Amino acid sequence: MPQVEITQAGRHNGQVRKEASPPPPHSGGPLSRLRSVAEAVGAQVKMRIPRADLDERDPDFIRERLPLLWLAATVWYRGEVRGLGNIPDDGPVLLVGNHSGGNMMPDTLVLVLAFNAYFGAERAFYQLAHNLVLSMPWLSDLRRFGTVAASPENARKALEAGAALLVYPGGDHEVHRPTSQSNRIDFDDRKGFIRLALDQDVPLVPVVAIGGQETALFLSRGEWLARLLRLDRMFRLKVLPISLSLPWILNVGDMLGHIPLPAKITVEVLPPIHLREQFGEDPDDDEVYDHVTGLMQDTLDALAGERRLPIVG
Amino acid sequence: MRVSASTKINTPVGVVWQIASDPERVLNFMSGMTRWEVASEPSTGLGARYRVLMRIGSAEVGGLIEIVEWRPPFDLAWHSVTGLDQRGRFRLRELSPGSTRAEFRLAYGVAGSGLSGWLAERVAAPSVQRHLGRSISQLSRLAEQEHRRIQAQERRRTVSQA
Repeated sequence: MPQVEITQAGRHNGQVRKEASPPPPHSGGPLSRLRSVAEAVGAQVKMRIPRADLDERDPDFIRERLPLLWLAATVWYRGEVRGLGNIPDDGPVLLVGNHSGGNMMPDTLVLVLAFNAYFGAERAFYQLAHNLVLSMPWLSDLRRFGTVAASPENARKALEAGAALLVYPGGDHEVHRPTSQSNRIDFDDRKGFIRLALDQDVPLVPVVAIGGQETALFLSRGEWLARLLRLDRMFRLKVLPISLSLPWILNVGDMLGHIPLPAKITVEVLPPIHLREQFGEDPDDDEVYDHVTGLMQDTLDALAGERRLPIVG
Repeated sequence: MRVSASTKINTPVGVVWQIASDPERVLNFMSGMTRWEVASEPSTGLGARYRVLMRIGSAEVGGLIEIVEWRPPFDLAWHSVTGLDQRGRFRLRELSPGSTRAEFRLAYGVAGSGLSGWLAERVAAPSVQRHLGRSISQLSRLAEQEHRRIQAQERRRTVSQA
């Protein structure tokens, strides 16, 4: 039997991974060297992505951290969450949200606090996140909150376990949109959440938040930069956002986060949508997508109408 | 963290007890309370359970509570089963045949949450205190209105019998 040498770097969470193959050599020049560095980092990041383990969620940990979340949501963001009673009291449910605020995700913080306070930390609640988020060592505690890597398999596992699952179809495309596009629902035509709700036969609950894009001045998604550096191939990242934020002033990538401005965050939870009841046994994905995003856009417009000033709310 | 509010109500203690101990009337006077749902049979008395939520800051906090003391018409106390650690009490004492001293006490906290829990308890205290103060005032108004209604009913009965 051939011997396979397992190095320390090749182990993660007890799972053995082989060393990634070395990337092909580049022709030279600063851009090529930057790509080489990015590819090497990408290989390391891929090794660090944990397999989803729903049992990592720790209700006692969540309960003990809720006061900290409450302080941040109440004192810093003056968070307001409406309509939590629209979420069914038990059973699997798919919460579909619009995502804002860059990598600091203030809308998620406010919603996670409100959900766990309302239903209790005992109710299973998972959130899908980009692989990169879970690979950051300083964010490892997110797994104890129930954050798992975004993939169809993980989403199915969570719903089959009877949990509430929060997804952001717009993902990195929406969360890093320019501040000038704050009040726009932008899922980038991603419809996987519809198939997920239908396949698992769970109600779909739209969740609309406003205020996140006022926590910094988001200038550009940097899609051209991400393409140039081939980040989509290495990290599944189509954006390399550019923003003005504290303490970096000019913040490219937002990999180390930033100090968010104390913008008021308002979240509204809409009534559940039972897709087959509303759209028939075999719903058309485009029709459902237009309906859900239209509903969310109307709600976002109404929330925007309530705000007197940016940040202040 | 412990907060309390009290007031004098110009109503017999029995009338105040009827309102304070009725789960169907709690939301009529409890300020900030967004849910008070019966979660057991019977719905009142020792061992009765309710799902309660109070809006404090950015969250509705609470959980399942259970009545652990039931001594009509003087003491009603509960403690938490799940959710936020809390102990609450309505304490009613007769000052005179038509007058009651009513006190609403609430002790709450999150065990094991360290400095953030300590700080959150204190930051939340003014808001919780305001809710308790409004609740006891609204209980007072309801009880005095109820007492006047009962007295009017008695007078009508007396007149009709005469």
